[in-house]
Amino acid sequence: MTDADQTGAGLTSLSIEEVEAGVQRNLARRERRARVSGVISPIAVVIALIALWEAGTRLFAVPVFLLPPPSAVALSMQANARLLISNGWVTTIEIVLGFALSILVGIPLALAIFLWPPFSRSVLPLLVSSQAMPKVAIAPLLLVWFGFGLLPKVLIAFLIAFFPIVINTAVGLAAIEPEKIYLARSMGFGPVATFFKIRLPNALPAIFGGLKISITLAVVGAVVGEFVGGDAGLGYLLMVANGSMDTQLLFAGIVALTVLGVAMYLLVELAERLAIPRHIIAGNKGARETM
Amino acid sequence: MNALKAPPGLPASDRPYLSVQGLSKVYATRDGPVRALDQVSVSERRGEFLSIVGPSGCGKSTLLMIAAGLVPASGGAVSIDGERVKAPRTDIGIVFQSPVLLEWRTALGNVMLQAEAKKLERGAAERRAGELLASVGLGGFEHKYPHELSGGMRQRVSLCRALIHNPPQLLMDEPFGALDALTRDQLILDLQQIWNERRMTVLFITHSVAEAVFLSDQVIVMTPRPGRIDRVIDIDLPRPRTLAMRETPEFTRLSREILDVFLARGVLREH
Repeated sequence: MTDADQTGAGLTSLSIEEVEAGVQRNLARRERRARVSGVISPIAVVIALIALWEAGTRLFAVPVFLLPPPSAVALSMQANARLLISNGWVTTIEIVLGFALSILVGIPLALAIFLWPPFSRSVLPLLVSSQAMPKVAIAPLLLVWFGFGLLPKVLIAFLIAFFPIVINTAVGLAAIEPEKIYLARSMGFGPVATFFKIRLPNALPAIFGGLKISITLAVVGAVVGEFVGGDAGLGYLLMVANGSMDTQLLFAGIVALTVLGVAMYLLVELAERLAIPRHIIAGNKGARETM
Repeated sequence: MNALKAPPGLPASDRPYLSVQGLSKVYATRDGPVRALDQVSVSERRGEFLSIVGPSGCGKSTLLMIAAGLVPASGGAVSIDGERVKAPRTDIGIVFQSPVLLEWRTALGNVMLQAEAKKLERGAAERRAGELLASVGLGGFEHKYPHELSGGMRQRVSLCRALIHNPPQLLMDEPFGALDALTRDQLILDLQQIWNERRMTVLFITHSVAEAVFLSDQVIVMTPRPGRIDRVIDIDLPRPRTLAMRETPEFTRLSREILDVFLARGVLREH
């Protein structure tokens, strides 16, 4: 501590190596502090909010069916753990299948839009205007067509989630410096090699941007499907809790859904880090420097 | 002008390597056609270092793209060793103003892209790429990603990528235009060294008079709207050229000759 301070005061003349060591130590300390506060601060805020909530409900004697205190929600979660997990599993399956379907349909659709201009001209306006239609409104229709099982929920999740994948992929494939394409042609790469070696990796950040929006929408879609006509899942559980005025369980379900949504998002982000190594390299570099 | 085609009957060695004849390029726009190049003829012998200097909009970059076979001509023809260029020339090395590196590949990986395109044997190509990078002062940076390199280093990687397959011709489109003055001087010296060792044919596009005079055997001065060749100047300064040579009367006279063209054509205006 003192070395760096003395340098600052300019009272003693240190060698450049000593100054170097001091500056480096300062940086390491600053970064350590920033990392610690980056983890601590949000946790502290959440704890403070929960404490405020708990104190508020107790102080003003808010009825439990209106706003249960966090402690009651926690107790309800513990008591209904089995219920939350089994219904959460159903919702997870719906989300994953809806998301997978979004990728399976969205990426080829984006490729067709990119590779085949007549298709883009005829289908893209239709696709864009279809997004103005609230998907929640056609959920009952899907119910009529496909019954109460898994399929309508997956389809609603898909309908809500696939659009960002299509748009981001198509835009990502088109957005490339013309020089990169000129370079590929002058090096002798054919269209297929150019696509896989240059255009697709170039589009990956945009594609993952679309996937990250899509996964959050898939959660919404699955829950909407369960609201409209479910016999299982966290959305269905919310409806049941609502019907029986079990507000603690309602909150427990919301917490479970939030955890599920965040977990899904983090999985997509992990896939992104694996697919685009430069993110990892940039991230690790900082960590190595501070060690 | 030395732009005429070698008359038939001459031995092949006297025939120019690159021959551009009566080249025109017109772009159709909503406001009517724009003449980028008007009847431009250039010829370059094998192993020659030829620069084209001119202001923005004189069509010099278009000329390079057409010479690379990447952009079609509207009129006239480009031939290599007497053969018409109709498709992209894949044997050449090309360096753009921006490095055009793939961000997800390391310096070595970017140089290897060319080797992959040419299906060169991997181990040998990797060794060669390493040597090339080391020769331009990038030893130890092989596994760095573009975002970890400075602008000058990135352009050096781009140069290595253009050289790994030993191209007979190097096409360079204002390769040092985006660099600071000191880095540019270093890269000019590096390029002279590389050319001295390999003697590939270089077509070098620039808007810097000093760069053109320093590097070239011959400088073609172009004026804009429409892009036309105004003057061809032979540079007979001794090689290798040194930075100090830029202050010699001979160097100044050659630069002055180019500047006079720009002054006469209204590209530059002295108040």
